[in-house]
Amino acid sequence: MIQVAVISGKGGTGKTTLTGSLAHYFQGKIAVDGDVDASNLYMLFSPEVEEKHDYVASKKAVINPEGCIKCGICKDVCIFDAVKVDSDGNYTINPFACEGCAYCYYACPTKTIDMYDEKSGEYYWGTSYRGNVAFAKLFPGEETSGGLVAEVRRVALQKSLENPEKPSIIIDGAPGVACPATSSITGTNYVIVVTEPTVSGLHDLERAAQMIEHFGIPYGVVVNKWDLAPEKTEEIRKWCSSRGVDFLGVIPFDSKVVEATRMAQPIIKAFPDSPAAKAIMDIIAHLEEKLTF
Amino acid sequence: MYIAVISGKGGTGKTTVAVNLAYVASQHEPVYLVDLDAEEPNGHLFFRDRIEWQGEDVVYKKLPRIDMDICTRCGKCQEACQKGAIVVGKRTVMVFDNLCHGCMLCAYVCPEKGAIYEEKKPIGYVRWGKVSDTLDYYMGLMEIGELSATPVVREAKHKVPGDRLIIADGAPGASCPVVEAIDGADYVILVTEPTPFGLHDLQVAYEIVSHLGLSAGVIINRYEENSPYEPLEEFLQKENLPVLARIPFRREIAEVYSRGDILSEHLPEIKEIFEGVYQKVVKRP
Repeated sequence: MIQVAVISGKGGTGKTTLTGSLAHYFQGKIAVDGDVDASNLYMLFSPEVEEKHDYVASKKAVINPEGCIKCGICKDVCIFDAVKVDSDGNYTINPFACEGCAYCYYACPTKTIDMYDEKSGEYYWGTSYRGNVAFAKLFPGEETSGGLVAEVRRVALQKSLENPEKPSIIIDGAPGVACPATSSITGTNYVIVVTEPTVSGLHDLERAAQMIEHFGIPYGVVVNKWDLAPEKTEEIRKWCSSRGVDFLGVIPFDSKVVEATRMAQPIIKAFPDSPAAKAIMDIIAHLEEKLTF
Repeated sequence: MYIAVISGKGGTGKTTVAVNLAYVASQHEPVYLVDLDAEEPNGHLFFRDRIEWQGEDVVYKKLPRIDMDICTRCGKCQEACQKGAIVVGKRTVMVFDNLCHGCMLCAYVCPEKGAIYEEKKPIGYVRWGKVSDTLDYYMGLMEIGELSATPVVREAKHKVPGDRLIIADGAPGASCPVVEAIDGADYVILVTEPTPFGLHDLQVAYEIVSHLGLSAGVIINRYEENSPYEPLEEFLQKENLPVLARIPFRREIAEVYSRGDILSEHLPEIKEIFEGVYQKVVKRP
């Protein structure tokens, strides 16, 4: 059993397009939608939910107006700018900004602040035509959540280990280079970075590479829409070889990709003869040489 | 006036919109373009050698450190910490920097004066520079692997003076850094694409915007005139969300973007689109 994560420093480079096709091709393996802020992978498979779990990331503070003497200490101690005061001097806590540290709860001289459990998301174990899909939803406005990514991956791993066949796990990771992105790749055996031949794509690839190398995980690069700027694609190919990174292949700019996305289907399922689908099949062949799924 | 550009889904054209709107607006009035996508700030790439960098501030996070000679291992800090970032053993006390949010509650509850002290750890920086007489650029950049970009976004926002039109390029997604980016905005521009993914992530982002009671409009990127995506159009109608612009899906646009060039500088019809957005959003009655 191996775990493979697909990430992209920059959003919208085609991470889910590739992961969707991998998940379609490797039927029976477990697919994980780890992009919990903007979860899209699961939409390609409309999984039927078998298990649903609540995700409680942290507590939140709330001021009880009854006992509040409007001293303002809570506002002074909050480093997250979560305590607001209106023109009448009434103090309230903005739950979006509160990170649940409880400093105000401890500092309040009249003990009129309570801490309550706040559910900040849900995660699910589901099944679809392609096999199992683990996915999650972070409620809008919640704290950036590597924790939820870890939970949804934990469910997938547990299910894999319970299964006598120990199916491998394919993860659609979170973009960026903060905690959700690191939670998407930690403990995986291989990472695929999807980038595009644009100035932003190159810039973000470099940052994603630093993050992956920090964990010491082997990785490879796929260039999506490569033909928009062949010279930049070449630059990425050279960057890979000079850095000792696998260059896994390229996907052309293809309007069929948009059409497949519109239909909420993986491109290799919707348009198997399209140039993009054929290119993805080449990438899959390349991956199968490298990894044992 | 503070305008925030966000998107829910990454790669829908958020930075394109912020950069082009700032570019067009700067031909009418002085503008600050503020890059709050601190995990991957890319706005500056489109101005490249035109930016004259002028300054930089480091953003720090506070972390607790323990003076083991004073600490009595009483465990009050561990009990108070909501993040599980501090563990008190018989001989030693461990602080998990990656779990710590830097609130320093541990020091507040510590009964031994001086046993817990602050150490500052750099988690990113705010950098700023001049693009032209009427366009300044501010950028927040988070160090790789940090817990969250939110503190860097907050610092970058605080750093920008209030004497000009501000156009902020927010973070993707719909979590805390996005809330920080749009908090206090006079107007929010939501950039989407006409696909189920774009719509799904737009709905999530719009939930925050409407919860905060902010005015908002939508720009549809990669729009195909002869095949509009009906579910998106229906959602916009239902929510009464104005469409500020529709940017066509054309290979030529993608190519100009690829090179890192500003669309409005090379494609007159795109410039016209952003002139329209400027009039609708900034000059709206």
